[in-house]
Amino acid sequence: MTALDAGPRTEDAGAPPPVRPRRSRTAWLGSDRFLAVATPVLVLVLWEALAQVGIIDTRFFPAPSAIVVRGVEMLASGELVEHTWVSVRRLLIAILIGGVPALLLGLAMGLSRKLRAALDPIIAATYPVPKSAIFPLFLLVFGLGEASKIAVVAVGVFYPIAVNTVAGVREIAPIYHDVGTNFGARRWQVFRTIAFPGALPLILTGFNLAFGMALMLLVVAEMLGAKSGLGFLIWNSWQTFQVENMYVGLVVISLLGFLFALLVKGLEGVLVPWRKR
Amino acid sequence: MANKTVTADLPPPAPTSPSERIHVRELVKTFTRRGSEVTAVDRLDLQIRTGEFFVIVGPSGCGKTTLLRMLAGLETPSGGVIDIAEPGGDLPAHSMIFQGDSIFPWMTVWDNAAYGLTMRRRPKAEIREIVGHYLDKTGLTRFARSYPHELSGGMRQRVSIARAFSNDPDILLMDEPFSALDEQNKTLLQDELLRIWDETKKTVVFITHSVDEAVTMGDRVMVMTSRPGRVKKIVDVPFERPREVLELRAQPEYGELIHEIWGSLRSEVLEAQEREQLASLRGRS
Repeated sequence: MTALDAGPRTEDAGAPPPVRPRRSRTAWLGSDRFLAVATPVLVLVLWEALAQVGIIDTRFFPAPSAIVVRGVEMLASGELVEHTWVSVRRLLIAILIGGVPALLLGLAMGLSRKLRAALDPIIAATYPVPKSAIFPLFLLVFGLGEASKIAVVAVGVFYPIAVNTVAGVREIAPIYHDVGTNFGARRWQVFRTIAFPGALPLILTGFNLAFGMALMLLVVAEMLGAKSGLGFLIWNSWQTFQVENMYVGLVVISLLGFLFALLVKGLEGVLVPWRKR
Repeated sequence: MANKTVTADLPPPAPTSPSERIHVRELVKTFTRRGSEVTAVDRLDLQIRTGEFFVIVGPSGCGKTTLLRMLAGLETPSGGVIDIAEPGGDLPAHSMIFQGDSIFPWMTVWDNAAYGLTMRRRPKAEIREIVGHYLDKTGLTRFARSYPHELSGGMRQRVSIARAFSNDPDILLMDEPFSALDEQNKTLLQDELLRIWDETKKTVVFITHSVDEAVTMGDRVMVMTSRPGRVKKIVDVPFERPREVLELRAQPEYGELIHEIWGSLRSEVLEAQEREQLASLRGRS
């Protein structure tokens, strides 16, 4: 990652002693990391300025500073922590309930042609159905309590993980299965030493996609049938026209998504150290 | 773990004599490709002795890899008998060194080399000793904790060799193990493989398309016909062991043997080429 000596090299013996090319003082301004931080900051500063001057309507787009102030207030009152915790808890339970069966079924389907033949059509047919569309059904079946919200998110999580796991197993080169057979790996050993590690990169991609889906469904479910959680916070703020609170909810959701993506990336480094990067 | 496929119209297999490790009789393999039936191996008879380094050469597409995969139990014969003498104890009958990259990218060099023993649930201490020994022999000790993507192609194939030898099989099956390597690496690895093999003297079935390699490595060299694959000729290679690749190549008999095998192989290669050209012409129209 050191692109310091990018200057031209002079190898000519008669030439004056080569001046060591120096990195210019402003080079960091063009670095990727700086740009990644600078753009959002710029947007926020612009937004703040426009709000302060009154060019944009602060009833709809309150100044970032006002949102921060409100966020701190909500943190202090414990309101924000409570809503966030309720949502995170639902997310984690749903990911567990939806993700683990999806992972196991995906591995089994990836390995077995028969199982794929039996289940592929069902999955292909139900995959495109927006899971939010079946939330009313879940409300009927599971009632207004926690179960209906967790169930709809779990179903939403199931698909991307199952589909990606199947694809991950299918992508493993056949030669590795030959090696397993030739070295006497039993069914469970093939599962553990070939299918799972070989599919892991795509499984993690599946989890990443699943989390986006989970956030979306959770917010919808909480808007429609909950008395707590970030979705409820946003919906309730709208109904009482507390626009700053709404933005606080949005910021927390985007932070959650960001943190989860970081977590998956970290996991990737630990679990898939063999991947060329 | 013997591989037995018996068709009804064959007499019961004759008992394999103790000096005979693999006995193949009337072996047939057909498969359908684009609707038409292709015979890859046609009524092939073959005896491989215990402890010999048996090399099979043939033009590409002659069914030599199919033959090896049938010996390895990775393909089912369409007919005929493969008799592989039962190894004593709970040793595996055979382990394969595959063509190209076959070591698991998600395992370290150590775990790759230990794969067979781990699958057979051998005691930890035994695994440590055996794997340590073969990693040492293949010069991989320093890379035990590396992942395959950090190694060169030659190093990766060394892991494959260590994995097969560590498994301590009765028979080693090698499917063009060095074909993906450059000339220098190939020569080095041939030397190393011969050295490791000299210690164990296991029965080896080695597939190659290189006549040079066949004469360098083998005790006997079988020339296969172009499709369908049959035995055309079996040539004895009288060089003493231990062999050294470069010394070997300086001997006049070496050239004579190459000449002899090439003479037998040449027409088969030409035929295979012609067939491929015809096939590509047909594919174009």
